[in-house]
Amino acid sequence: MAGTLQFDLVSPERRLASVVATEVNIPGADGDLTAMEGHAPTITTLRPGVLKVASAAGVKSYVVTGGFAEISATSVSVLAERAVPVEELNAALMDQLIADASEATAVAVDKDAADKAMADLVAMRSAAGF
Amino acid sequence: MPSLKDLKNKIASIKNTRKITKAMQMVSAAKLRRAQEAAEAARPYAERMNAVMAGLAASVGTSASAPRLLAGTGSDQVQLLVVMTSERGLAGGFNSNIVKLARAHANELMAKGKTVKILTVGKKGREQLRRDYSANMVGHVDMSEVKRVGYADAQGIARDVLARFEAGECDVVTIFYSRFQSVIAQIPTAQQIIPAIYEAGAASASALYDYEPSEEAILADLLPRGVATQFFTALLENGASEQGARMSAMDNATRNAGEMITKYTTIYNRSRQAAITTELIEIIAGAEAL
Repeated sequence: MAGTLQFDLVSPERRLASVVATEVNIPGADGDLTAMEGHAPTITTLRPGVLKVASAAGVKSYVVTGGFAEISATSVSVLAERAVPVEELNAALMDQLIADASEATAVAVDKDAADKAMADLVAMRSAAGF
Repeated sequence: MPSLKDLKNKIASIKNTRKITKAMQMVSAAKLRRAQEAAEAARPYAERMNAVMAGLAASVGTSASAPRLLAGTGSDQVQLLVVMTSERGLAGGFNSNIVKLARAHANELMAKGKTVKILTVGKKGREQLRRDYSANMVGHVDMSEVKRVGYADAQGIARDVLARFEAGECDVVTIFYSRFQSVIAQIPTAQQIIPAIYEAGAASASALYDYEPSEEAILADLLPRGVATQFFTALLENGASEQGARMSAMDNATRNAGEMITKYTTIYNRSRQAAITTELIEIIAGAEAL
């Protein structure tokens, strides 16, 4: 049985989750990664995607749009720009996220990154089946 | 000497005013609690963000490839002042204090021969600054439609400011807002956000981290977010300060109205007595003359 780590998910507006988890699946900018107890201390940026947290109470998923994660041997802190539990996700919300992203793309300095984020969101929308 | 009827009207009108100020005070008290909660809820994010940024800034900041948001443009000629005030008045010295601080800064910078540009957030600051600095105003963010300050609002402002910075329209960005200390104390604060200044306290702890992608790439990604976070914190602090200032201002007004009512009631009663006495004297004098 793997050990546990402290998982915190905070958005600028509030703290969304603070649980003891066994593993956390993070959509990193360079690819997904799973953090478990004893992970090397890492800081990674996030791409829009689904964050999965496995704990004693089961697996909980959140849709995040960006931000970064701070991983240490005993804890994971995810600072997400926007984070929504998957259960609360619906087509309208997804559309809004995409609209926000396209607005950001229009004025973004780094067009590539913004376009990529946009593409991630659109892919997520179709994957979710809305 | 005002007539009895005048006095009566005056007392009635002051009573109405007192009712309004009392109601405003109670509304502010409720809003203040909500604003404080929002500020409280935003704190973990801002703290973490600052800690990580401080670590990154300490390790990358000295290299030549440091992002311009951190290292600056190498000049401080064009200064952008972002003055954040409220949309509504009747909040005591809240708006004036922020504007006063911004004005002092602007005058000092102009005396040094710098170019000053002013971006206002909130109607009240714009009204006050437009009188003296109409040539320096470069923009205004209207918050009157915003019921509850959200991160998206801060992002909007940050995007505007960053676009100006990237376009080379300004070298240094300073924000002015009121830091909330207590209901009776709000401190007008000036904070430089571009180039960013981070205390290097947490530097040693984060030096152990692996960075994915590179430190520079993360920093370039995080710096704009850091700016937005700082705007968000400032907006929330400002919101709490505004309600706090309004609450104490309205408390004072209510008390003042109470005092005025007592004063005018005394005058009213005295003159009523005097009128009765005069009438009695006239009647008695008339009876004695018979």
